[in-house]
Amino acid sequence: MTSLPKTTDKKLGLVIDLDICVGCHACAVNCKEWNTSGHSAPLTDKDPYGGDPAGVWFNRIHTFEVREESGAGRTVHFPKSCLHCEDAPCVTVCPTGASYKREEDGIVLVNADTCIGCKLCSWACPYGAREYDESVGVMKKCTLCIDKIYNETLRPESRVPACVSTCPAGARHFGDLGDPDSEVSKLSAARGGYALMPEQDCKPVNRYLPPRPRKKEAADIGASSHLQSKDGDLEGAGLLARLVDRVLSR
Amino acid sequence: MHPAKSVIFFTTSSGAGYGLLIWFALFGLLNRMPLDRDFALVVLGVSFTLVTAGLLSSTAHLGHPERAWRALSQWKTSWLSREGVAAILAYIPMFAYGYIWFVGIEDRNAVAVVAGASIVLSLVTVYCTAMIYASLKTIRAWHNGYTVAGYLVFSLMTGAVLLTFFAHLRQFDMRDEVSAAALLTLGVGLIVKQSYWRFLQTASSPSDIGTATGLGGPGKTTLLEGPHTESNYLMDEMGFRIARKHADKLRVYASLLGFVLPIALIVAAVFLGGWTEVLCALFAVAFCAVGILLERWLFFAEARHVVTLYYGAACA
Repeated sequence: MTSLPKTTDKKLGLVIDLDICVGCHACAVNCKEWNTSGHSAPLTDKDPYGGDPAGVWFNRIHTFEVREESGAGRTVHFPKSCLHCEDAPCVTVCPTGASYKREEDGIVLVNADTCIGCKLCSWACPYGAREYDESVGVMKKCTLCIDKIYNETLRPESRVPACVSTCPAGARHFGDLGDPDSEVSKLSAARGGYALMPEQDCKPVNRYLPPRPRKKEAADIGASSHLQSKDGDLEGAGLLARLVDRVLSR
Repeated sequence: MHPAKSVIFFTTSSGAGYGLLIWFALFGLLNRMPLDRDFALVVLGVSFTLVTAGLLSSTAHLGHPERAWRALSQWKTSWLSREGVAAILAYIPMFAYGYIWFVGIEDRNAVAVVAGASIVLSLVTVYCTAMIYASLKTIRAWHNGYTVAGYLVFSLMTGAVLLTFFAHLRQFDMRDEVSAAALLTLGVGLIVKQSYWRFLQTASSPSDIGTATGLGGPGKTTLLEGPHTESNYLMDEMGFRIARKHADKLRVYASLLGFVLPIALIVAAVFLGGWTEVLCALFAVAFCAVGILLERWLFFAEARHVVTLYYGAACA
């Protein structure tokens, strides 16, 4: 049914730390690998070794340059996948009911058996979360690794989305953003996590943590401003050095 | 937005078909339709053909057209679903009207009910089609009052121009009234279109690169590197851009072909007689058809989606 559930028991989503992300794209690659099997498999690549490759990815990393007040540029890597919105417009525009939001955890999914591939959901999504898979004729999107997070054959530590477990910098976090006491909620509140394009009224669940102000001055990390010993010269210098200094200073 | 031929053809063809049915039914209600069975069946046949060709074209662009019947289920939330349901329902009075003319039923009440239902359901279907686009917050060029106004007016306009041709072809008495309807809708259509294009000059989405990234507004934040070196579905579908100078030129052609020339030709048809009258009306249809296809192409080509904010656009 493509009516949105009035409330969901949980609001599962991701918190992405723009301060830490190094733009390695490991999360995109791991997502692609995980989804060669499972719920949305396989993610199609057209002409992958040829001159004009194209493919379906759930997670894409954009890189932005931000000009700071000093005039210097700052590089910010920006991973973006489905934000599993509370008021997901991709769910309500779907004419067949293939696009739906789960009541138990808020994950937005596509039922590939009933999707007709009209692409209207991708037009409705401001974030580009949904892509059309040419070879199967249906829409595909981030599943929040629904086939991994509830997978009892995996160790409990592995039951997180593939992108979260693989991030080498620890820039991705997963949890229930509807629970104010969850780790992700506390992290987002502490760091000022924000939603993307709130004016689009989708009420996205994912949060982005802003880059922290750069620590450009030595005092920011408690270092002295230049190398200098306390009493001027020769403090702690060896015997030979003192001798040479006395000779040369005459 | 990528102008998909199937969708452009779908909206213009079905719009013209519904418009033709609406005017046919209206003139029938006002008792101005000549009692000519062949004429009525031809007009209804053309209406049916245009609507059906359009609907078939729209299912052709689906990934799974064999599942298209599922699209009728979500009418509670989806405008696309509502449009499908309305289109199916609109066939009922259309066929009923054909039956009435074929069999020769003269009961005025029956005609009134069927004609009224034809008008209402056709308008509802065109309205639902327009709302599919107008309801999308992500596309500022569509999310405004001009979209519904335009779709309704252009449907009535193209339908009236078609009926004008048929009326002049058979030299029926009511051809002056039908021509007047065509001229009125052409004039209103031109005004709506020009107003919309003027609106587009200044309309921009409340979303910009600042709200999309949270990193800073236009001028402060720019895309340094896209996520991949090659294109992707999002860019192919929603990254289509047309240069301002090309769009300006095409707007002029669309205005001339779709509105100005048909007005001139229909006026000429009203004052001329014989085969020149028919020729003018025919060219009015031809030019209007090309013009409206161009108008619809521009409707897509000039629309920008906010996802482009992640692919280099500062504003959408």
